[in-house]
Amino acid sequence: MDVMPKWAEVILVPLISLVLAAVLSAIVILAIGEDPVEAVNLMVTGALGSTYGWGYTLYYATNFLFTGLAVSVAFHAGLFNIGGEGQAMLGGLGVALACLFIPWPHWTLALLGASVAAALFGAAWAAIPAFLQAKRGSHIVITTIMFNFIGAAVLNYVLVNLMRPPGSMDPATARFPEVTHLPTLHDILLPLGISFSRSAPANVTFVIALLACVLVWFLLWRTWLGYEIRSYGKSEPGAKYAGISPVVITMIAMLISGALAGLMAINNVMGEAERLVLNAVEGAGFIGIAVALMGRSHPFGVLLAAILFGFLYQGGAELALWTSIPRELIVVIQALVILFTGALDNMVRMPLERLFLMLRRREA
Amino acid sequence: MDFLTFVQLLDSTVRLATPLLLACLAGLFSERAGIFDIGLEGKMLAAAFFSAAIAALSGSVWLGLLAGIASSMVFSLLHGVASITFRGNQLISGVAINFLAAGLTVLIAQDWFSQGGRTPSLMGGARFEPITLPFAESLGAIPIFGPIYRELISGHSILVYVAFAMVPLTWWILFRTRFGLRLRAVGENPAAVDTAGVSVVGLRYAAVIICGVLCGLAGAYLSTALQAGFVKDMSAGRGFIALAALIFAKWRPWYALYATLLFGLFGALETRPDVIEALFGIRVQGALLGALPYVMTVIILAGFVGKAIPPRAGGEPYVKER
Repeated sequence: MDVMPKWAEVILVPLISLVLAAVLSAIVILAIGEDPVEAVNLMVTGALGSTYGWGYTLYYATNFLFTGLAVSVAFHAGLFNIGGEGQAMLGGLGVALACLFIPWPHWTLALLGASVAAALFGAAWAAIPAFLQAKRGSHIVITTIMFNFIGAAVLNYVLVNLMRPPGSMDPATARFPEVTHLPTLHDILLPLGISFSRSAPANVTFVIALLACVLVWFLLWRTWLGYEIRSYGKSEPGAKYAGISPVVITMIAMLISGALAGLMAINNVMGEAERLVLNAVEGAGFIGIAVALMGRSHPFGVLLAAILFGFLYQGGAELALWTSIPRELIVVIQALVILFTGALDNMVRMPLERLFLMLRRREA
Repeated sequence: MDFLTFVQLLDSTVRLATPLLLACLAGLFSERAGIFDIGLEGKMLAAAFFSAAIAALSGSVWLGLLAGIASSMVFSLLHGVASITFRGNQLISGVAINFLAAGLTVLIAQDWFSQGGRTPSLMGGARFEPITLPFAESLGAIPIFGPIYRELISGHSILVYVAFAMVPLTWWILFRTRFGLRLRAVGENPAAVDTAGVSVVGLRYAAVIICGVLCGLAGAYLSTALQAGFVKDMSAGRGFIALAALIFAKWRPWYALYATLLFGLFGALETRPDVIEALFGIRVQGALLGALPYVMTVIILAGFVGKAIPPRAGGEPYVKER
């Protein structure tokens, strides 16, 4: 029997972890001689105080939603996909190829085509580590780390030698044609009479990310495949006994995970930059780990965590702009969240379990 | 390519292999005791910053070295608390440590020095200077041996010699002492060690602390010997290459030396595209050469060329009772 009620497990444990991370971050801010209350104020007004701020917050959240879902799906199968970064990089290559070399008639079709390309490239980059894990027992964490570096090298080579327009010094592709430009939230909300900031990068991809969220939930909890993925993640011998093939489940879970990470590229490459640059992912693949841990690998939790990290990212940029606190503060907060919700989970859980046990004894 | 170019290439191989070797041996101690450590990168980075910062402030590279080792040990202990005491996920803890180091170093550097996340350039006593071995000049005239002695063996900083001395020392500790036997046992079958009345937790903490010391040396080498000062993200994936070398070496000290020298050679070749062109007649992209260690590690991991089998209890927290 579980010691803790479900609500405590789902809400209390992550919340306490978050508070611990926040307290430590406040101490860090104090230590470098800034005022934490003022910092939070600046972050809230910067990230949520205007449609411009919201536009950036949601743009970042879209990236983290995709990578967070990617890590979550792998987590459910008991796999730790640390390669979201590389998969998203390759997804960007897929988007760039689709946008530059296929003459699309309309942005909707271009979006569809680019999404397929991004998902395929991302999945392909996850396929080799997945195959090696499934067939040869190579540790997926190590192989996906290696594939992040290999991916960066491949992208570097492709951008410098193959896809750079002639005469340009910048290691980036040419601009995507006008027709593939995605409508931003400004364009979408204007007909509804809502005025949204014109210069914020949040675009129609946010809707697709929400859709992906629902689809992942449906897949994991409403289909056979999802059931098999989750039971394999809970107990490999149990799943084997029930006739679930470890090879098939490992492959499928990692392919879905890689495809989700790759899909991130329609937001940052197609929606924002409108060309492929060298460091397009900017660590979003790694933030996916924090987002998945924070959201307890549940699509709804991932949504909330992604928006939280979107807020932190935009707020952090504002902080760096107005105070002497560098952007790296967000990296520290991200590390603390990963530490408390992931590695030091038991530190929060053990005293809580003791507390609930005590309460239950008193009742009995 | 003449002989002297060749010796110089080997010389920079040694320079670049040193941090990899130290980090690789650090990972060796930790993983042999059953604690996976993907936080080598972060610990190196923290040590690189603190040794450069303290060396810059105090003017003494030795104080810097101590600070670097201490900071790396703090991160090691954090990893130990998370993965040994609280039985958390060792991989996630490693990821957290990498980010924590990446963020904190820049944050503190900005606060202390206000130079955009770097330390001032180190000069004089704040740096490890190359050591000229005895007779390096007078023996230099001897053909073949002379240039090798003068260019390759002599003229490195003290940490390079320490790193190479660590290889036989690690081998001796692991395979010729009681502590080493127990350390290896705790990574294969902790229950057996526990039954014998030896503390699993104690051994694993010892391994993690040794790992911290060695990562500290690696980081200090980066910022006070290889370069003169700390810059943001200066470990640049070396911790992961060390991890790759560890797998390549199949968790053995002497193989670790060969693996890190090989990866060091790739690093040296990356900066000398002209040498490759002279040797093979083809132009190889530096970026692709840089990815070679990772590709080779994946191939080794796949078991196509001699399978790498990690310590059996690696990554699993030890629970006394079930």
